[in-house]
Amino acid sequence: MDKRAISLTVNGRPVTREIETRRHLADFLRHDLGLTGTHLGCEHGVCGACTVLVDGEAVRSCLMLAVQADGREVVTTEGLAAPDGTLSALQQAFRDKHGLQCGFCTPGMLTTLTAFLRENPDPSEAEVRDAISGNLCRCTGYAGIVEAALAAAKRMREQS
Amino acid sequence: MDRPRSIGAAVKRLEDPAILAGRGRYVDDLSLPGMLEVAFVRSSEAHALIRNVDTESARALPGVHAVLTLKDLGVDRRMVQANPHALLRQDITQYPLARDEVCYVGETIAMVLAESRYVAEDAAALVQVDYEPLPLVVDVREAARADAPRVHRDSPDNLAARIPWKIGDAEAAFRSAPHVFRESYVQHRGGCHSMECRGVVASYDAFSEQLTLWSSTQSPYLIRRFLAEYLERDESRIRVVAPDVGGGFGPKAAHYPEELALALAALRTGRPLKWIEDRREHFLATTQQRDQLWDVEVACDASGKVLAIRGRALHDHGAYVPYGLLLALGSVVNFPGPYAIPAIDVAIDVVFTNAVPTTPIRGAGRPYANFILERTMDCVARNLGLDRAEVRRRNLVRPEQMPYATGGKLPNGKPVMFDSGDYPAALELVLRNADFACWGERKRQAAERGRRLGFGISCYNEDTGLAPFEGATVRVFPSGKVVVTSGAGAQGQGVRTILAQIAAGQLGVKPEDVSVEIGDTARFPMGMSTVGSRTTVTAGSSAHLAAVEVRDKAMRLAAELLECSSADLELADGAVRIKGVPERKVTLGELARRLAGQVNVPSPAGFSPGLEATAYHAVERPVYANGANVAVVEVDPETGRVAVVDYYVAHDCGTLVNPPLVDGQIVGGVAHGISNVLFERMVYDRETGQPQTTNYGEYLLVSAPEMPRMHLSHMETPSPWNPLGVKGAGEGGTIPCLAAVVSAIEDALGAKVNEYPLSPERVLELAEKG
Amino acid sequence: MKPPPFIYHDPRTLAAALRLLGTLDNAKLLAGGQSLAPMLNFRYVLPDHVVDLNRVDELAGVRIDGRRIRAGAMTRQRALEKDASLARLCPILREALAEVGHFQTRNRGTIGGSLAHLDPAAELPGVMALYDAEIEVASAKGRRTVPIRDWSRGYMTPNLEPDEIVTAVSWEPWQDRHGHAFLELARRRGDFAIVGVGCLLALDARDVVKRAAISLVGVAYGPVRLAAAEERLIGAAFDAPAVEAAAAEARRLEAKSDLYASGAYRQRIAGVLVARALQKAYERARG
Repeated sequence: MDKRAISLTVNGRPVTREIETRRHLADFLRHDLGLTGTHLGCEHGVCGACTVLVDGEAVRSCLMLAVQADGREVVTTEGLAAPDGTLSALQQAFRDKHGLQCGFCTPGMLTTLTAFLRENPDPSEAEVRDAISGNLCRCTGYAGIVEAALAAAKRMREQS
Repeated sequence: MDRPRSIGAAVKRLEDPAILAGRGRYVDDLSLPGMLEVAFVRSSEAHALIRNVDTESARALPGVHAVLTLKDLGVDRRMVQANPHALLRQDITQYPLARDEVCYVGETIAMVLAESRYVAEDAAALVQVDYEPLPLVVDVREAARADAPRVHRDSPDNLAARIPWKIGDAEAAFRSAPHVFRESYVQHRGGCHSMECRGVVASYDAFSEQLTLWSSTQSPYLIRRFLAEYLERDESRIRVVAPDVGGGFGPKAAHYPEELALALAALRTGRPLKWIEDRREHFLATTQQRDQLWDVEVACDASGKVLAIRGRALHDHGAYVPYGLLLALGSVVNFPGPYAIPAIDVAIDVVFTNAVPTTPIRGAGRPYANFILERTMDCVARNLGLDRAEVRRRNLVRPEQMPYATGGKLPNGKPVMFDSGDYPAALELVLRNADFACWGERKRQAAERGRRLGFGISCYNEDTGLAPFEGATVRVFPSGKVVVTSGAGAQGQGVRTILAQIAAGQLGVKPEDVSVEIGDTARFPMGMSTVGSRTTVTAGSSAHLAAVEVRDKAMRLAAELLECSSADLELADGAVRIKGVPERKVTLGELARRLAGQVNVPSPAGFSPGLEATAYHAVERPVYANGANVAVVEVDPETGRVAVVDYYVAHDCGTLVNPPLVDGQIVGGVAHGISNVLFERMVYDRETGQPQTTNYGEYLLVSAPEMPRMHLSHMETPSPWNPLGVKGAGEGGTIPCLAAVVSAIEDALGAKVNEYPLSPERVLELAEKG
Repeated sequence: MKPPPFIYHDPRTLAAALRLLGTLDNAKLLAGGQSLAPMLNFRYVLPDHVVDLNRVDELAGVRIDGRRIRAGAMTRQRALEKDASLARLCPILREALAEVGHFQTRNRGTIGGSLAHLDPAAELPGVMALYDAEIEVASAKGRRTVPIRDWSRGYMTPNLEPDEIVTAVSWEPWQDRHGHAFLELARRRGDFAIVGVGCLLALDARDVVKRAAISLVGVAYGPVRLAAAEERLIGAAFDAPAVEAAAAEARRLEAKSDLYASGAYRQRIAGVLVARALQKAYERARG
């Protein structure tokens, strides 16, 4: 079994673990660190549920080996709220606009849109739809998610 | 009915804070000490005899705890039939692991128990299965032929059942009808594709002799019953828990071989076991909906009034019957839909194929039936040169006909009756919203700019709140905490929020102060299943009845304590108080403490123990939601690409308990329908029976940019048949959508479209066929 | 759907990577991983060794030397998309990149990975074909440069030996006044194209075409240039018959059939998209 020790920062906390090199990042986060907020919906990079932020960029954690995250900074859905637990503007907007039903795609939607809104603080509806085109949701028909993203963008613009 | 304020309020979901923070609890989030992970060895053949299964090298792999076949599980019986039915000619369910014959690619053959899923998959790849291929058939039309290869080696034929559905005298109607038109239709709806696949954790505790199964299921109580029956154990020794379920859509209501195999293996090994279905397995083993082929005749008069419909259908049932005939039944017993059609004669042949079994998916057969009815309305309009809306107006059941008996009979022998609703008004509402009066002009104008627009209409009604019952207990603890427990499950719709709203309204507390515990057989004695748009009707009514009883009990006891008449009391802010003298009050917690009892102190006279009540809302007949939809599409005539640009819904599900949640159900349902029409197609190779679409590059689901602008309007006609006046909303978005979108594409092309799904290439072909 | 066992290597230099590749049996190179990782998860590939290029810094980055652009193989698609100089010098690249998967996959996916994986419908090889790009490859034995027209050797088979690594791709952007268009027909946003068409048209002062490039992806195993059509457009009137002639040539291409589309449909779409792309590029060139 091919193993490696890796050190990285997850949601602001330093983490060191020995892992099998073939383990993908999502399994490492979920099962080695117990951060089960990241979900696996397809394990082939299409559904987007496993999206996390690596060095601030949204990536599929099912398509990255955990060993590749050595030395990086990873943020998962658990790391989006403030340290005191206050939901981020985006998370709150998901609640306000009914942006989730079963909640399984939600972590990937949140991480994807967090990264997207950072670069696009004032997006059009079409741009939001494009941004989540790589995130599948079977429950909502996307309407609440799009509304939530637009509402969060507005709120963040007002606050800044 | 006087309606508490919490009913109809846009209460924010109680489910959300945990999920948004990443603290949802889905089955794969569960980890037990000593737990092993399971991977299944699945059939690579669509039909074969198994000569031998060699597990030796798999067992030798480090980290592997066991490799089990059916023999190793110590059983030799097929699984329990979930829904027995008199018309089921060949009741063939699977073994938990194949015995000697496999009948579809993906059927479970053996299971590997290992220290991790990685190692379990390594070992599964080392299991050598020696197959003797048998003739196979995956095409339903071929399978229905007398000389077709048998899907099951020992079957006389591939006919699982023939289901007739007759109302009135269709033969006479066809003999005398001024017009008869014929069409054939091909429908295919694809798979489940909840974003969370299935998953099971099984654990046996020898000390308490308790088997616990956590499953991502819509039917924890039914799973418990089937396990008890198969394992010959008391239900009291089995606990089934559905934690947060990441979408279900129907297929998660069925009982699967993996659930049983994990239970058996946990009992045998004493180790907690986890199996999480991966997406490839979801394509290979979770039930689907595939082809239904229809030949339909309609008899009508010159005004477009439909006199009779006659139809014969073939239903691709897949290799086994895990879930009775519900899907095929749903495809015929919902005739005549929302229309007053005096005679119906339809029949469906349920045909085995060497493919994944089919069971209901969102709509449960109704979308198939709705498609036939709506396309038939369009067919009448086209042939008689009438307006499509006008033909519908002339056939819809009218409000003064309510309650309307269709002439059909429910399984309990009672007549099929629509309870309430103004079907024509729903149609007029959606037509007005979609500016139907100006369609012709809009279409012409668009054509002048080189754009090809199409408009499609679809009306529907749906039998919701299906029998027999759900129940709920509403209980106030001495702490003042209100807890609702119910046998109803959830799959993401917000059932907790709905039940909390209903109870809170009666008890004068805020919904967020109510805890709702559901989906766990240890919490409540009896339950059915979260299917058929039934949970708000059944569990909601139960919670309402129980909460009313608790409220009455609280008022009566408070009246004694406060020495006044209960008519002078009101319940607000968690306390019963004297109207106008709010400081004279007794809290619900205090009342609960009195009724919780004290040793050697008799309970207050005339009061049963506990500030709690349990109620079961029994359903004798379903209540009917209804609505009308309009789809507007734009077709690129050069490429055949279809964009659904606007989608209009007029919808009536009776009392709206939480309007945004209802909207969410509808929009999600429409997305499912659009996905079915434009994207989803489960393809099997006809020669080999191999599934060809087993990943999300090959099998497409609708994504955000492909969704139209949505325009929703609600009507609220309360049902007279339950205390809240509610009707189900879970499937009403999907049911009419397929017909609406196809009708719009047909309108855009000016060419007949009698099928779905529709690829751009197929759209061009149809356009050119004319 | 977990990756099979393999031994993982993460060299820090190209030389080290080449040494590994030269000595290991059944090794697979890992670039952005947006195609290889799914294949590993599905166990469609079962390598004994995975050589990860993500820590070979010298392979990443865009350099503009005089008239030539050189993108290191490990340059992320997203970096190309965000690069302001590239957007100015060859705006078609950004237009095409917008169709490559989704921004999350472009955050990892690389240009070298796209070229080496060589999906028949991949957009980037199509764009590179427009510029007659040159692909630089290296092995422990030496380096060579492959013109893009010689790159495809069959279905998902580039002109690359098992011990070779794509190190960079270079091309010369068009300097003259020109217009561009990249159009594709895909079932949904971000899907691989059924057919994709890239087009560059340079015009002289009288708006007459003086240079043309048209390439198609999704039709054959690799990108295809419409050489004869390009030739005919030059110096000729840009009118409906000229556009139709190019479209007709696209319709005559031999096209593959698969689960998603027949060859006949692909030919037809090729014609439609070539006409539309030409029109759009011409309009953009005229400004």
